[in-house]
Amino acid sequence: MKAKAITLNVNGRRHQVTLFPNVTLLEALRDLNYTDVKNGCEKGDCGACAVEMNGKVINSCLVLAWQADGAQIITNAGLGTMENPHPLQEAFADAGAVQCGYCTSGMIMAAKALLDENPNPSETEIREGISGNLCRCTGYTQIINAVQMAAKKMTQQRSQQ
Amino acid sequence: MTAKGRALPQVDLPPLRQVGRPLRRVDALGKAVGATVYAGDFTMPNMLHAKVFRSSEPSACIKQLDVTKAQALPGVACVLTADELPDGKLITDMPGQTGQERRKGSDAPVLAAGRVRFVGEPIALVAAETLAIAEQALELIKIEYEPLAGVFDPLEAMKPGAPVIHEPDNIVSSWKIRKGNAEAGLAAADLIVENTFRVPFIDHAYIEPEAGVAWVDDQQVINIRVCTQVVEHFRSIAQAVGVPHNKVHVRGTMIGGGFGGKEDITVEIFLALLTKETNRPVRLAYTREESILAHSKRHPFIITHRTGVKKNGRITGAEIKMISDSGAYPYLSPYVLLYATVTSCGPYRIENLKVDSVSVATNNPFTSAFRGFGGAQAAVAYEQQMDEMAKALTMDPLEFRKINYLKTGDSNAIGQQIKSAVWLEEEAMQALAALGEKKSVSEDAIKVGQGFATTMQSYGRIMWFHDTSRSWVGIEQDGTVVVRCGAPDLGAGQANSLCQIAAEVLGVSLTDVTFYNSDSAVTPLAGTTTATRQLYMSGNATLKAAKMVRKVLLDRAAEHFKKEPNSLDLADNKVFIKSDPQQWLSLADLSKMCAADGLKLQHLALFRAPFTDKLNPENLQGNVFPDFTFSAHAIEVAVDTKTGEITVLKSVGCHDVGRAINPIAVEGQIQGGSAQGIGYALMEEVQVKDGVTRTPSLSEYLIPTAKDLPTTKAIILESGTGVGPFGAKGIGEPALTPAAPAVANAVANAIGVRIHDLPLTPERVLAALDHAKKG
Repeated sequence: MKAKAITLNVNGRRHQVTLFPNVTLLEALRDLNYTDVKNGCEKGDCGACAVEMNGKVINSCLVLAWQADGAQIITNAGLGTMENPHPLQEAFADAGAVQCGYCTSGMIMAAKALLDENPNPSETEIREGISGNLCRCTGYTQIINAVQMAAKKMTQQRSQQ
Repeated sequence: MTAKGRALPQVDLPPLRQVGRPLRRVDALGKAVGATVYAGDFTMPNMLHAKVFRSSEPSACIKQLDVTKAQALPGVACVLTADELPDGKLITDMPGQTGQERRKGSDAPVLAAGRVRFVGEPIALVAAETLAIAEQALELIKIEYEPLAGVFDPLEAMKPGAPVIHEPDNIVSSWKIRKGNAEAGLAAADLIVENTFRVPFIDHAYIEPEAGVAWVDDQQVINIRVCTQVVEHFRSIAQAVGVPHNKVHVRGTMIGGGFGGKEDITVEIFLALLTKETNRPVRLAYTREESILAHSKRHPFIITHRTGVKKNGRITGAEIKMISDSGAYPYLSPYVLLYATVTSCGPYRIENLKVDSVSVATNNPFTSAFRGFGGAQAAVAYEQQMDEMAKALTMDPLEFRKINYLKTGDSNAIGQQIKSAVWLEEEAMQALAALGEKKSVSEDAIKVGQGFATTMQSYGRIMWFHDTSRSWVGIEQDGTVVVRCGAPDLGAGQANSLCQIAAEVLGVSLTDVTFYNSDSAVTPLAGTTTATRQLYMSGNATLKAAKMVRKVLLDRAAEHFKKEPNSLDLADNKVFIKSDPQQWLSLADLSKMCAADGLKLQHLALFRAPFTDKLNPENLQGNVFPDFTFSAHAIEVAVDTKTGEITVLKSVGCHDVGRAINPIAVEGQIQGGSAQGIGYALMEEVQVKDGVTRTPSLSEYLIPTAKDLPTTKAIILESGTGVGPFGAKGIGEPALTPAAPAVANAVANAIGVRIHDLPLTPERVLAALDHAKKG
């Protein structure tokens, strides 16, 4: 097994890393201290490690780091900050959609992917959109409320632009 | 099903400014933007990576254990076995509690010595320069087992001649209730209904697997940063490692879900041993598969109810038998069994009652705490039994229950008088009314049914544990507030509740409060985040501390305004004269004034739950819990009789929470708890065959996704009668308890047949329909 130098573009930062071919994108991101990308199962069951790669949401545990060579990756922490949160992050905080918070980053990335494709989803469409992300705390209702709140706000913001 | 009955009692709750509002939780935004750092996220300079070598056998002697090759692997810093730790016991003791029910000799060893009793039992620890080297080292450990006969069914384990897990026999714990005369009560009945119900092993399936990092500092204190519900395990850790109590410091992190699974010690002792041995920081994080293998499960129970009832619907007596599978080591099995025993007949007046319960050791995965703590298993049985009795009497299930419900002032199964509000009837009515009419379906094969359950679940710990909590509240010279309290936050909003209480008392906004929590050395010890106790215990401690600070502020302000303290109030970051709010002083200025006078603007308060002695084991009559939360849940399901598939169409939870400190957080508890209850009823089961877990990951162990659940409507009632701050009751565990039996009752209502075993899988539905057809 030979290591290879690859480039990971994460949240606008460029990282040159040398990795073996069996390293997953999840491991690579966490080793680069993107700790908002959570490890919940390492086999694509829980969605806690979801990130955006070249505009599509993926489970980073199911992608090898080599496959992400040169790709644009966005994690939840790349969407906003405490001072300037993304509408989804703000809505999650306000709607009670955050309890333990461990699924939250992946959940927000799944919700963002949904809203990117479908800015005004129905409840059924939201349930479908987040069905690859497990949450053990909330029963999902407040998460769905949060996605609806954020969708409304993002639509308003777009119309004001 | 009827939804008629009494209207909700009128309650006048004092108006509050911060408590009772659906504010954004203090921990919410940090988690939403991914800024919160969890136990598995920490790294240290010069850090080693650990792995645990575990048993592949459910019952065996270890004939030979050879770790020399693993030790010799370059990059391995150390390998530990029971040889290095001859007396290491994993005692999941509880701080400050007396009246332990642990059996001598049955505590789990930290590392197995000579014998293994379940698959996954830890045998050796490895610490290495990289995780890959640690994993490789595990493969170099040579072990030779000599299989011993095992026992995997609690009924088999109770028989004479069964393999014994711990001497002298497999009975880990037993309880009995003797109240009135059960035999006479049954003899006086017009009708006797008997049913046996079974519930399976359940995994907590929190999304965050167990993790931690430990290091030894310059005072030779072993520091452990870990996700735990109990930072006060530091004493047990110190004992296992062989250092004084004050040389272990547990720094709890925000927890990615616990639900009881992080109540017992998980990675802490392993980390402490390895860092002590290597004198280097060590990290240990479980994979999902290891998590499922390594931590406790919810107890499977077999529960038999034999209940006598008059034609008019009054219950005359009951005999209840409960058997739980404690797995290979007892952990908290005796207490889980006690909870189940105390709530075995539910929130009903039964004057003649006989309960016999027993927890039995097997070579299955060990079982311990899980949200509901025996109360959930008991409810699955008693609420299905209530529906079966109503059916036998051809009575409406709610009308039948109304005849038998406990009321305030009545005594429950153990003769403990209920002093708080008991709004079971009102809750059931509200939940059923919100459920509305059954959905009509055109397809013949789809049967729609409705059902409900009403339950009682304690909050606060067993009173003979002599439970205490401490909290510290201070006000800074700019008028901002700090709360320091050792309470771990599982994600249910424990820290937020304390902040909202402090904000209320000191007249500031929630955003003006900063909290520090979950640290065994730096924050005042607040006890465990278990047993739905933190709002009750640490909420009261925080209220007490904040009131003391408030008194100092008001006394000083009274001097300033030349008024009586009780003529003043604190709100909007000001102190003001109640009759003339235009006369005010900012909290910042008042705090500075107090500081200049050398007044104490911080207070550490202790809250003590009522203490009792242990009950007489011959009848278990007395007081066990500080109070109970009474709840209802109503469910509508559609059952496809061709495929056996069940869809939950509607779900309503109605709970008297006494007073909702933060209604949006309470709703979240009700919705999340019921999701776990619905999963319990329909899909969740850790399948164990001959001691081997057949559902080792989240691909096999299925928990509800967003597509498996409807929106649960949460109805919050506030009687103001709880023993928590501002009359609050607990909601963490009560949120779960009624949901599973409500689903089971709805399914029975839909298909006209009772399925006695959870989960209600399509296979079981089809088998039950088949059986009914054949008569």
